[in-house]
Amino acid sequence: MFEWFGKVNFCPHTKVDGFAGHLRAGRLMGSTCTACGHLSFPPRADCPACRHGEFEFTEMSGRGAVMTFTTIAAAPAGFEDEVPFQLGVVDLEEGGRLLASFGDTVDPEKIAIDMPVQVVPRLFEESEDIKVHYTLEIPGTTWVKTDPE
Amino acid sequence: MSRVGIVGIGHTVFGRRSDATVQELAFEAWRDALADGDLDPDVIEATVIGSVPEYHKQRSLAGVIQEYLNLNPKPTWLTEVACASGSAAIRTAWLSIKAGVHDVVAVIGCQKMTELETPEILALMGRVGDVQWESGFGTTFPGYYAMFAQRHMHEFGTTAEHLAQVAVKNHYYGARNTKALFQKEITTAKALASDPVASPLTVYDCCANADGAACVILAGESAARKMGGDRVVWLEGNGCATSSMSVLRRPDLTGIPSAREAADQAYRMAGITAGDVKVAEVHDCFTIAEIMAYEDLGFCGKGEGGAFVAEKQSYIGGATPVNVDGGLKAKGHPVGATGVSMACEMVRQLRGEAGEARQVPDADIGLTHNVGGIGQYCFVNVFKKD
Repeated sequence: MFEWFGKVNFCPHTKVDGFAGHLRAGRLMGSTCTACGHLSFPPRADCPACRHGEFEFTEMSGRGAVMTFTTIAAAPAGFEDEVPFQLGVVDLEEGGRLLASFGDTVDPEKIAIDMPVQVVPRLFEESEDIKVHYTLEIPGTTWVKTDPE
Repeated sequence: MSRVGIVGIGHTVFGRRSDATVQELAFEAWRDALADGDLDPDVIEATVIGSVPEYHKQRSLAGVIQEYLNLNPKPTWLTEVACASGSAAIRTAWLSIKAGVHDVVAVIGCQKMTELETPEILALMGRVGDVQWESGFGTTFPGYYAMFAQRHMHEFGTTAEHLAQVAVKNHYYGARNTKALFQKEITTAKALASDPVASPLTVYDCCANADGAACVILAGESAARKMGGDRVVWLEGNGCATSSMSVLRRPDLTGIPSAREAADQAYRMAGITAGDVKVAEVHDCFTIAEIMAYEDLGFCGKGEGGAFVAEKQSYIGGATPVNVDGGLKAKGHPVGATGVSMACEMVRQLRGEAGEARQVPDADIGLTHNVGGIGQYCFVNVFKKD
């Protein structure tokens, strides 16, 4: 299922495969090591702290703050139709970080470091294939949680 | 243990080289290095090739180069750590001499980048982040450094003018380097007015992709003295370190942890401090990278990199002249060649052969700082002249 994740996906096979299914259902998941309880975001199968190989998905609040950002003007292959677009690195409330693009609720002119944001699971609606990702939105932005299974 | 010295250097013109294959570029640098050291090819026991394979159609580049140099059956191998591949080649050559396995080793850094179109290169380079969690959002290489710049500006008040002044300096010296891609001075106003790439970085904040090759020939102490006499430049400190692949796992985004660690190692090994460095080559793939390098290497305090260039401390005559060959910015950045090109410039400077326009006076200790990717790898070398 991980091939669902990202507009362009370079990495379809992973031990944290279930992440994309959760995202499709509207849940942003980190991983918790079943041995030592270490929380990771992005999720990882193998604990960096104790090397244990089993984990459980843990739902993240998606609340965080912008650590840094940029507006991409020169597009990489596959994103020519999107420029200019804004990318941000976000420190999540529970720990961990993610990188994502900013969504429609955010005025690009007003993006600033330390700005609070909500990470929101998204489907690429225009795509015929299932494609999921997440965007950075203003706090309080809601989204439809569905469970297709 | 035996010291390791450099006994020959060679360097092609950097730029769009539609006239040559990558092995033909390698040969130019190799021929120049033998001529520079007045060496017979028979003395070379092995070659190490620094290059990034993804840019070339040819698979397993070391083999095609070794054949073209007419060096079969001597050993060769390739080193790859993104834009620091050339310095990794120097390190493995240095290790093989230190270990007593080889006595004289040729290192060739080479790259032919212009066969790919710019969006392909942007996508390829953007994948030096984590492809699982980052590349799917459209990351680019300048985009990563832009996010470092944004954070540096936020924490330390670094400005777009500071960034532009790095480009102005490097073009000033590039205009005085006959091997450079851009041999033309620019103004701060021109740099600031250039098109956006990834905010706050504009075209003039970014180095240019290029084709080219550079060669250094390393030898153990007694062989080096015999071959090079007074012209030998010694590799006295060799530091090498890593940081996380992903920016999501970096402690901060205002510096490169691997650079600080590699610099510590190199300074300790060479028995010097940052203040002893008379001339430096640093990895200015983007202007912000040079500002962070001043700080990571200890040429100035944390957060003072912008003022350091604004006060011309990195010009000849300043506290630590940096990239007086034009740097990656003006000289061009054929990724695998860059680390070796830096070593060539350091040898020229320490021999006093850099030419009137850009020779640093009394240069007896020099440093190179070669970063791979967005700091995943860093190599810092300290060179001395007896």
